[in-house]
Amino acid sequence: MQIEIDEISKEFGTTAALTPVSLSIPSGALVALLGPSGSGKTTLLRILGGLEFPTAGRVLFDGADATALTVQERRAGFVFQSYALFAHMTVFENIAYGLRARPRATRPPAAEIARRVTKLLDLIQLPDIGARYPNQLSGGQRQRVALARALAIEPRMLLLDEPFGALDARVRKDLRQGLRDIHDTTGLTTIFVTHDQDEAMELADLVVVMSMGRIEQVGRPQDIRARPASAFVRDFISA
Amino acid sequence: MSDISPARAFRPAATEAPWARITLTLAVVAILAVLLFAPLVTVFYEALREGVGASLATLANPESQSAIWLTLFVAAFAVPLNAVFGVAAAWLITKYSFRGKAVLITLIDIPFSVSPVVAGLCIVLTFGANSWVGSWLVAQGLPVVFAVPGIVMASMFVTFPFVARELIPVMVEQGRAAEEAALTLGASGWRVFFTVTLPNIRWALLYGVLLCNARAMGEFGAVAVVSGKIRGLTATMPITIEMLYNEYSSVAAFTLAAVLALLALVTLALKSLLEWRYADQLAATHRH
Repeated sequence: MQIEIDEISKEFGTTAALTPVSLSIPSGALVALLGPSGSGKTTLLRILGGLEFPTAGRVLFDGADATALTVQERRAGFVFQSYALFAHMTVFENIAYGLRARPRATRPPAAEIARRVTKLLDLIQLPDIGARYPNQLSGGQRQRVALARALAIEPRMLLLDEPFGALDARVRKDLRQGLRDIHDTTGLTTIFVTHDQDEAMELADLVVVMSMGRIEQVGRPQDIRARPASAFVRDFISA
Repeated sequence: MSDISPARAFRPAATEAPWARITLTLAVVAILAVLLFAPLVTVFYEALREGVGASLATLANPESQSAIWLTLFVAAFAVPLNAVFGVAAAWLITKYSFRGKAVLITLIDIPFSVSPVVAGLCIVLTFGANSWVGSWLVAQGLPVVFAVPGIVMASMFVTFPFVARELIPVMVEQGRAAEEAALTLGASGWRVFFTVTLPNIRWALLYGVLLCNARAMGEFGAVAVVSGKIRGLTATMPITIEMLYNEYSSVAAFTLAAVLALLALVTLALKSLLEWRYADQLAATHRH
């Protein structure tokens, strides 16, 4: 799905989290929103997912105005920073949650839900953990379960907030490749937020460098490295 | 831990010397015995002093029966309503930011800081026959003061903070992420509440409800003011106990007191039973 961000601004009280930003994301791209904390990258991601609403501006999905769509209507697969798995449910129930929450008319039968959950567990290469509870999993396993849960609703896009932030360095490297593989298999437009320039440069097709509620530069990793658009970008990517 | 003999000379830094541990333990046991256990034993001892038959006879009289039923009735009204209000208030305070939030938190705490007698007086002044609200209500055949509705209101006022106060810290700690995740997965607001929020707060809610219930059944001051202490009509168990005691009917007073204490002990036992029954689930879902 192609995403168009048109002059979006967001104010929390009197502080501006996003000064008007515009951005065009091609369908099927793997995009990194890169910037230090407070740069507005998470706010932008949450606006795309329908968890925040912009003060002004529009969001277009495949050309259609999606600004007023509710969070449920957006059908965005969202992976939260600390994964936000449901602690009182097993991994299976976590992944099945979105399918079971559908209205009766579109809800798949139980056998179909089980089949899809099994398929997703295979996709994240954790086929045997369906009966476990989230607190019995390692950090990396939790991240992948959160990914499977987000994919279960057959989302129109995948949004990830610091998906590797809570993991140690070695696991992080493995899971980067995992996310790349899942993106390539599903072909979903995927946007992830990170403050780690290595991660953004290595993983993304398109990097959006942000600072203080503004977009500093948009480009392919190699172009940003070769021609940083501002002193801020040069300093940030060489840090 | 300390029975590995070669290491006996080196105790962990955070462990006190044996004499200190023994002294502290004895002090706690002594305080518990004097303040909690002895009075409880005394209540049952005094109740049964003239035999089980005499105690049961005092329970059979219509006044005691009416007091027991009234107390249960009031709790059956006040506790569920306060559970709903408490969840709603805690939800509002922890999930949203809005103007006047601090005022709302202070309002919830008012019953903790205001004397129950004052609360009772406020209800009498607002809904009594001398106020226009009160006289209108009496004209409609719905008197509040010196009647059961007033007792329910007084009990609700006094027990209002218990559920909300238990829930707020738990809900603050859990944050909004799990609920937001459920929303992005397509769940409606109510579905999120029943499948994510409620399961996450159920133990705090249970604890708040039990405290609320214990206090609602035991409330004396506010109820004493609004009820008018009409025997057989508006006298709850604590009120009846006081009246009986003042009339030197000590067996009757202590028997009713024992029943009240038993109701409290039953609630505690129920809580322990639930904790024991769901120990696995508690262990699995905590600390995440």
